[in-house]
Amino acid sequence: MALPAYATAPQRLWHYTYLGICAAVLFFLVMPLIAVIPLSFSKSPFLHFTPELLALDPDAFSLRWYRMMIGDCSDPGITTVCSDRWKDGAWNSLRIGIAATILATTLGILCALGLSRPHMPFRKGIMALMISPLIVPLIITASGLFFAFAKWQLVSTFTGMILAHTVLGLPFVVITVTATLVGFDTNLMKAAASLGGTPVRSFFKVQLPLITPGVISGALFAFITSFDEVVIVLFIGGQNQITLPRQMWSGIRQEISPTILSVATILVILSILLLTTVELLRRRTERLRGVSPG
Amino acid sequence: MEKKHPALVVENLRKRFGLEEVLKGLSLNANEGDVISMLGASGSGKSTFLRCINLLEIPDSGSVTVRGETIHMATDRAGNPTPADMQQVVRLRAQLGMVFQNFNLWSHMTVLDNVAEALIYVLKLSKIEAYERAQATLDKVGLSDRRDYYPAHISGGQQQRAAIARALAMEPAVMLFDEPTSALDPELVGEVLKVMRTLADEGRTMLVVTHEIGFARDVSNRVIFLHEGLIETEGTPQAMFSNPESDRFRQFLSNTLH
Repeated sequence: MALPAYATAPQRLWHYTYLGICAAVLFFLVMPLIAVIPLSFSKSPFLHFTPELLALDPDAFSLRWYRMMIGDCSDPGITTVCSDRWKDGAWNSLRIGIAATILATTLGILCALGLSRPHMPFRKGIMALMISPLIVPLIITASGLFFAFAKWQLVSTFTGMILAHTVLGLPFVVITVTATLVGFDTNLMKAAASLGGTPVRSFFKVQLPLITPGVISGALFAFITSFDEVVIVLFIGGQNQITLPRQMWSGIRQEISPTILSVATILVILSILLLTTVELLRRRTERLRGVSPG
Repeated sequence: MEKKHPALVVENLRKRFGLEEVLKGLSLNANEGDVISMLGASGSGKSTFLRCINLLEIPDSGSVTVRGETIHMATDRAGNPTPADMQQVVRLRAQLGMVFQNFNLWSHMTVLDNVAEALIYVLKLSKIEAYERAQATLDKVGLSDRRDYYPAHISGGQQQRAAIARALAMEPAVMLFDEPTSALDPELVGEVLKVMRTLADEGRTMLVVTHEIGFARDVSNRVIFLHEGLIETEGTPQAMFSNPESDRFRQFLSNTLH
């Protein structure tokens, strides 16, 4: 975005105003993260910037909230309740998230394949139904699931949590995989069939590898949806299904503990790493195959 | 010794798309080593005919017999014809090596993997045997130096030769070519035709849908001219080209050559 040498004064003025607006928007978006990360290393149990912290005094920093997060309560400076709850919450989130992602991805791929067939009846209606969890207010989905699951004894069970999060993650997989299938050349499947490939084998060896970018981004969205979901957990989850977001929610409500900030920091770093890895992998395969990204 | 079957027998094949009947009862008999060129204006049903032979399109009626084994057909509940035994179709397709107009190489695999894939999963060869055979086939089509390239990184002519190698490595009873040079830039057509000529000289059974009059005249031992879903005229290249009996074929030739 270099300014050409012949730009007039108003053009220059607008150019710098424009850059300023962009910077302000970006700053506004990342500000919460900028505040959270240094505070998570603060020694103080209160959620504010102490003068020592702002002066970068080494004594004002500590890792005690990170230790508390992993259940190490040996630090005498810890005044809030300390237990394994954070560790358990992370473990629950991970289990539910991974199971729901696998389910949502498998079902979502099957659904997208069906919807992409040329003679599929009621395509639009089914598509609308599949993506409705994205549109219907979450609180309505949650209360609906609660009553349905209560009937089938699925409330306060891991199965119930996984199924509920599968429903939430499904639309993302259906949307991304359907979009990827639009660009898929079905002649490649005919080539596989002409060589004596069975439909199932051809799917796994030819179609699935080629739609992998869509599958991965769909799965990632499904996982993140499950991983930071709190409304459904409040409705369906019981004492044994307290996930990380649920624990953060009660942590903020009951005890204002900086451990939340440590958890948030770790989650931010994990998300950045995950997205970077996926994007790098995607670029690498696409460079190899000589296909333009997208 | 058992009686020698013809490589491919097609009887009375019919296919209709909606109201339009594309194939109106086509029959064809290919003995081992025959190289048959199918000519015809676009819309005459040539490509549909090839696709019906290996059931990429399901014919409405008629039969296909590969080396003495006839594909069983049945009727589904809606009254449409459907293969009775999908396993048989899968098995016989492996006997019918198809080369497509647009190559249809799998873009996520290298040239070598494209060729070896079906050898491993369909013919169940060991990886070592499969890669040896794939390598040997690539040598034959002159692509051994491109074996580790992805399809997007080689020319159209090289892609089509790789696709020929992929079909050829299966050692099919019949090779089906669906306008193999139509999608190529003119300067790349020669290398593909040269490979096809080599295969013909080896005595492979080939059924070639093409617009290359030169190939039909010089390489094939039989030429079939299709018109509106029927065989208009057929014969040896000498008879067909030196003294065409059919007015339509003469018309087609003069349109194509000018």
